[in-house]
Amino acid sequence: MGAQIPIATTRSATGVPTGRLAVWWVIASEIVIFGGILVAYILGRLMNDYWGADAANTNVLAGSVNTFVLLTSSLFVVLAHQAAENKETDKAFRYIWLTILGGLIFLVIKSFEWSYEIHHGMTITSSRFWSFYYTAAGIHGLHVIAGMIIMGIISFDVKKGKFLHRVENIGIYWHFVDIVWIFLFPLLYIAK
Amino acid sequence: MGASHSHAGNHSSGSHHGPGHYVKIWAILLVLLVLSILGPEIGVKWITIVSAFGIAFVKAYIVVQEFMHLKNERRVVHYALATSLIAMGMFVAGIYADVGRTAGENWKNQAAQSLIDKHAAEGHNSSAPH
Amino acid sequence: MSSAHHDHHESFFSKYLFSTDHKIIGMQYMFTGMFMALIGGYFAYVFRMQLAFPGQDIPGYGLLTSAAYNTMVTNHGTIMIFWVAMPVLIAALGNFLIPLMIGCDDMVFPRLNRLSYQIFLISAIVLIASFFVKGGGFGGAWTAYPPLSAKAEYNLTPWGSTLWVIAVALEFVAFLLGGINFITTVMNSRAPGMKWMDIPIVVWMIVIASILFMLSVGPLIAGAVMLVFDQLIGTAFFEPARGGDPILWQHMFWFFGHPEVYVVLLPAMGIVADVMAVHGRKKVFGYKMVLGTAIGTGILSFFVWAHHQFVAGIDPRMANLFTITTLLISIPVGEMCFVYIATLYGASIRYTTAMLFAVAFLVEFLIGGVTGIFLGASGSDVHFHDTYFVVAHFHYTFFPIAIIATFAAIYHWFPKMFGRMMNETWGKIHFWGTIITFNGIFLPLFINGLAGQHRRIFSYEHFNDLTKFQGIRVFATVNLVTLLAFQVPFLINFFTSMFKGQKAGDNPWKAASLEWQCPSPPPHGNFAKMPEVYRGPYEYSVPGRSTDFWPQNERT
Repeated sequence: MGAQIPIATTRSATGVPTGRLAVWWVIASEIVIFGGILVAYILGRLMNDYWGADAANTNVLAGSVNTFVLLTSSLFVVLAHQAAENKETDKAFRYIWLTILGGLIFLVIKSFEWSYEIHHGMTITSSRFWSFYYTAAGIHGLHVIAGMIIMGIISFDVKKGKFLHRVENIGIYWHFVDIVWIFLFPLLYIAK
Repeated sequence: MGASHSHAGNHSSGSHHGPGHYVKIWAILLVLLVLSILGPEIGVKWITIVSAFGIAFVKAYIVVQEFMHLKNERRVVHYALATSLIAMGMFVAGIYADVGRTAGENWKNQAAQSLIDKHAAEGHNSSAPH
Repeated sequence: MSSAHHDHHESFFSKYLFSTDHKIIGMQYMFTGMFMALIGGYFAYVFRMQLAFPGQDIPGYGLLTSAAYNTMVTNHGTIMIFWVAMPVLIAALGNFLIPLMIGCDDMVFPRLNRLSYQIFLISAIVLIASFFVKGGGFGGAWTAYPPLSAKAEYNLTPWGSTLWVIAVALEFVAFLLGGINFITTVMNSRAPGMKWMDIPIVVWMIVIASILFMLSVGPLIAGAVMLVFDQLIGTAFFEPARGGDPILWQHMFWFFGHPEVYVVLLPAMGIVADVMAVHGRKKVFGYKMVLGTAIGTGILSFFVWAHHQFVAGIDPRMANLFTITTLLISIPVGEMCFVYIATLYGASIRYTTAMLFAVAFLVEFLIGGVTGIFLGASGSDVHFHDTYFVVAHFHYTFFPIAIIATFAAIYHWFPKMFGRMMNETWGKIHFWGTIITFNGIFLPLFINGLAGQHRRIFSYEHFNDLTKFQGIRVFATVNLVTLLAFQVPFLINFFTSMFKGQKAGDNPWKAASLEWQCPSPPPHGNFAKMPEVYRGPYEYSVPGRSTDFWPQNERT
């Protein structure tokens, strides 16, 4: 029942391996999803200067550390890819889990950040700025969690030397999640 | 028959670099990060925009080319991504004139206007980043 | 070769419920779509009975309240677009045909394919569930404009409105995943020797449609999250009273909504091209032109969306722009219709039921397209917006797309799917019964729209200048009931032919494309030996050959 990989999956008329081609299409579709919410936020922010008053209260330190954490986790996942290319499966496994750890640290910092903000009355319904803040960062956070789960699942096959190409593919997805944050960071924290 | 992982004709994984290459890229990204945080502290609006957003674009570009190896990818992938970005451009262009307005030629949104006025009255807590 | 031995020991569940075979998954989409069409058709019956005989008990339903009327109208539209047109035209036909037509054994990601259908099925269940919750199903029109859709005190369907948004969002996810599967499969898994220009047009169209869908749905997914938050937790994304912007929703919706109509149009046109070539024994006139126009139409479709918002208070300078682009888009679509007429010219036409439906598509869609001009020009649209002129226009486009082209596809590919032929006599009865009544419903409604009859209104009893059109309303409803009645012979034909129809053999239509060069129905794995391709898919009536078709995979 699908345990066998069809011939279709192994062909590559474009020269790009099927899995990687598909991940790029996933990225293309995610660009328009995140683009949609970010464009709505940017236009709202440009038209409503008073959002700046709310925006001044975001935690720049937390945002900066989180940016550092995600950039570093991107480094780890590309090193995992390189290790997988060289068939160093144990090393790849370790790097994958370091990436997952990065995601975890990101989420932990974010939960402290959000707890503080909610505790001080800056909730999702307090103002439209905060609505966008939690929604955009929340959708991003869901993608971080999804990435972590997928990385965890594939890591065990990778350790056994199977399906090594998946490291590169989940890596591409993870880098995209990092890039979304690269744009969220100035929008919500430093150039508000 | 049929490799269990598909590497048919694949030359673009860019593994000719040692790990040092990626660490170097990471260091550049960190420097850019620091610059993007410091820039807005200066307080001049255009410097803020250039340093915060300009650098964000540069960082994104570097991650896409070097970490995601887009520079080694076939053209078809570039086209796919370009169409996404163009679609986004279309979206912005089309809605820019309409979204977030509080008044038009024949109408006025009193509730939104009063929100703006209320915040203005509370003193311009300027949008200078903190 | 690979996997034929698996099937003998599979239980009912693993064979059907959890199958990853693209043909089974395709049929699952098709049957789900057909079932949802019955529900959507029933809703249309109910609300049209109310319009024709206001305030009276409707046979098979009872008394329709005004709130329930809104629910019927909303869900009729929603179901027909998202749970009938898209699953049948794209998911069912795409799944069934693509691997067969490009000469491989399945989709590139069979398990993702399975997941896509499961998510789709859940979305259908969520939507149906919304009809049974307190307050009933959502009644704010398929366009779901806030604040009506966001605030329960306005729409009176607190649970229904959220379930509706969630159902639509899940359907989007299913189609995003499915689309990625289709695009990757066609890009990578073609048979050796099959170049881009050897791919059947219907496959191209489904791929282009999937790309269009993927690029346009993003902002709406973001918008759907924002709308659900407005509904459930009290954010003010779209609430003007708290600084929100309802026009933002309109733009997010229509940025998707307009490309969406081309998402369903292109596969329908692809079906018509393939059916015309096979049943006319003639190559499609200008394959590259058809492709180029389809891509051009797709691109242009991103530039026209605000023609749905001409009277919503958008910037009038943007309205001018959107008028020009909207009128421009009629050119490539019209040109594709001309290409199809050119395909028929000089062809050896066999008037099979499939061909009849394909020709009917052209005729009816042309009416739909031409009436769209009046709506695309912002000046005249000020008069026509929200009237029955719009309703008639979009039914003259959607009905050919979702129903006529679907029937053409079913009558054409049924032999491949089930190994048996459908009954042609009953097919022709079904055809004429469907087409004549369809025109009977919607042609007169243009008149009502011209007279200013607004849409989405529960009863016209108190519109004094519209009472003289009540005769037309009754006429339309009678035609609808007759139309629905004529679907019964189709259903009987469909299900009995599945078991008792004349055996079809591999290639009953003597067609050249790859899906006909394997058994009917194809076994797991499709081809005993994977084909190699030597020419395009439409080599019919080639001079000097003894047969009037030349299969793609035949070496000489």
